[in-house]
Amino acid sequence: MASSKKSVARWLSVTATAAMLAGSLVACGSSDKPVETPDAGDVESALDEKSSLLVWGWDPAIEPVAAAFEAKYPNVDVEVVNVGTNADHYTKVQNAITAGKGAPDLAQMEYQAIPQFALSDGLADLTELGAKDLESKYTPAAWNNVLVNDGIYGLPWGTGPMALFYNSAVFEKHGVEVPTTWAEYTQAAKDLKAADPAVRITNDSGDAGFSTSMIWQAGGQPFKIDGEKVEINLQDEGSVKWATAWNELVQDELVAPISSWSDEWYQGLGNGTIASLTIGAWMAGNLESGVPDGAGDWRVAPMPVWEAGDTGTSENGGGAFSMLKGSENKIVAQQFLEFMTASTEGQTITLETVGGIPSTVAELANDEWLNREWEYFGGQKVNQVLADSANNVITGWQYLPFQVYANSVFADSVGQSYENRTDINEGLKAWQSTVAEFGTQQGFDVTSK
Amino acid sequence: MVLLITYVFLPLFWLIVNSTKTQASLFSSFGLWFSSEFSLIENITTLFAYDDGIFLRWLSNTALYVVVGAGGATLLATFGGYALAKFDFPGRRWVFILILGSLSIPGTALAVPTFLLFSQMGLTNTPWAVILPSLVSPFGLYLIWIYAAESVPTSLLEAARLDGAKEFRIFFTISSRLLAPGLVTVLLFSIVGTWNNYFLPLIMLNDPKWYPLTVGLNQWNAQSSTVGGEPIYHLVITGSLVAIIPIIAVFLYLQKYWQSGLAAGSVKQ
Repeated sequence: MASSKKSVARWLSVTATAAMLAGSLVACGSSDKPVETPDAGDVESALDEKSSLLVWGWDPAIEPVAAAFEAKYPNVDVEVVNVGTNADHYTKVQNAITAGKGAPDLAQMEYQAIPQFALSDGLADLTELGAKDLESKYTPAAWNNVLVNDGIYGLPWGTGPMALFYNSAVFEKHGVEVPTTWAEYTQAAKDLKAADPAVRITNDSGDAGFSTSMIWQAGGQPFKIDGEKVEINLQDEGSVKWATAWNELVQDELVAPISSWSDEWYQGLGNGTIASLTIGAWMAGNLESGVPDGAGDWRVAPMPVWEAGDTGTSENGGGAFSMLKGSENKIVAQQFLEFMTASTEGQTITLETVGGIPSTVAELANDEWLNREWEYFGGQKVNQVLADSANNVITGWQYLPFQVYANSVFADSVGQSYENRTDINEGLKAWQSTVAEFGTQQGFDVTSK
Repeated sequence: MVLLITYVFLPLFWLIVNSTKTQASLFSSFGLWFSSEFSLIENITTLFAYDDGIFLRWLSNTALYVVVGAGGATLLATFGGYALAKFDFPGRRWVFILILGSLSIPGTALAVPTFLLFSQMGLTNTPWAVILPSLVSPFGLYLIWIYAAESVPTSLLEAARLDGAKEFRIFFTISSRLLAPGLVTVLLFSIVGTWNNYFLPLIMLNDPKWYPLTVGLNQWNAQSSTVGGEPIYHLVITGSLVAIIPIIAVFLYLQKYWQSGLAAGSVKQ
């Protein structure tokens, strides 16, 4: 079942990107009038008029946020539609943009998808709507995620700084220390497997999001984007550092070859055979709702680092909300974006509904939030660990302008290295050549090192 | 034989067993046997109540697409196939080539162009976007064509014409009965095809209110793998079980016609 789903998803993103090509070619000839930044009076009158917004997204917190906004501005009608998650959602957004009809005003966008839609001219640049003034509200790492070629293509809604989630009961039972460096992590993986052959320190069957996050933390910067110029080097220092370390874990079968989010995965997390996850901070909420058997056993520690004393972390997942270029209600849409992502009200509703990490400086430093004792995690003040990670995210990372496609073909190259237990570096090289070729076909000026 | 039975029935058995489990016991108990709690009834109740009872809506959407889409496809295929088999008219060869050609194009390859076409006509995100393409069944047309050529003797039609019967009367009183087994076969294929149709509605529809069961259940399944999403595998499994019951019923009911149809075609008259 899993594999067929994967291939459909891959097919979808291929069509989405093919459609994107058509979009980007059209874009060259478009002549958009510069929009004047609306003043307070414009905003007020726009909010007073009868208007409606269509929002597409899959996050359960959108509905309550929309309800709160409607309560505040009774003349605005916000319709929230869940058209599908990730891959399906992007295909539909792309199809609607291509068709020129039926697109929403606002759409949920994971950070990795923003460059793709921004460069194919599907998203509105929020600079014209005054978004520049909001920069100081968000954490620098979150803000960096919505910038593409000096334009602002969304407002950050939540971030996914990485942390180590671990099942303390399993670690204690086998007398294994919780690792703080990647060297210790490999040792812990060996110790756990030696103590109980059924237990693995984590699962990994080749996951594009995880790999890029790990390369990010190792100081790699395999993708550099400057306008239409794309530089790809998946053998830079950071990439090699991660791949070499990870080779040992995969080749010695120290990680379980289970795909994340599969039913086996949930099963492994529940019965303790998957002992830890290095993953985005949002996993706290997912553990609570998806792994009830682990209540009281799980804890959160900082993401392991390469050298003792390092502090740098990276992000995994997290996303923004973007405005579609075709929105006819830009002023109101912008107000909703700000309410949802930057206001205390919007962020509070989100944190209460799905948990996770706020993207705003104020909420990240909020004592009440920081000191919340999380029952699922044995009363640990989890948010402090997560907030630390959020503040330590290494800056300067960039995703490809066709990352959605690139991730969809990850399994064909790097995934093979995992499956055959061969050098991951070879897989990365193969991935690079596939991706570079695709980028060239899309009309980007690709340099592949 | 044992292997074959296992291959066919094991997934069904798995589905039945696991639809009796709660979300928690789904992952903590052995996959191929019942867990200590039996919560099938509770699962079904939750299934129909979850998200304001959207499952029932999906069920009725699927029923609508099947009745109008598969029913219409069968009718059109029957009329068309019969006409092609029994009437000689200019351009018949071209129709034949066209239909054989369209049989060879996979539906998925047409999905995006169809989407753009329907979008221009303002039909996307409406039930028509699913029903209209389902009405066209080249395979059904081809099958009826072949079947009509074999099982409706031209001499019989000529006799009826000599007796003064008009073409419509001939069709409804004589030919349609002779065609019945073939028609049921096409109907069965169209029903199964429409019931399981996934890709077309996935592309065409944006609003979950119009989703058929396939797309809706997959959305529930995908929900388990996102940030902030609530895993509801137990509902997906129970929903799948409920979703296959009608199709099994239809299959069993139509099977007798189908079997007699196969036999009829194999005997020289």
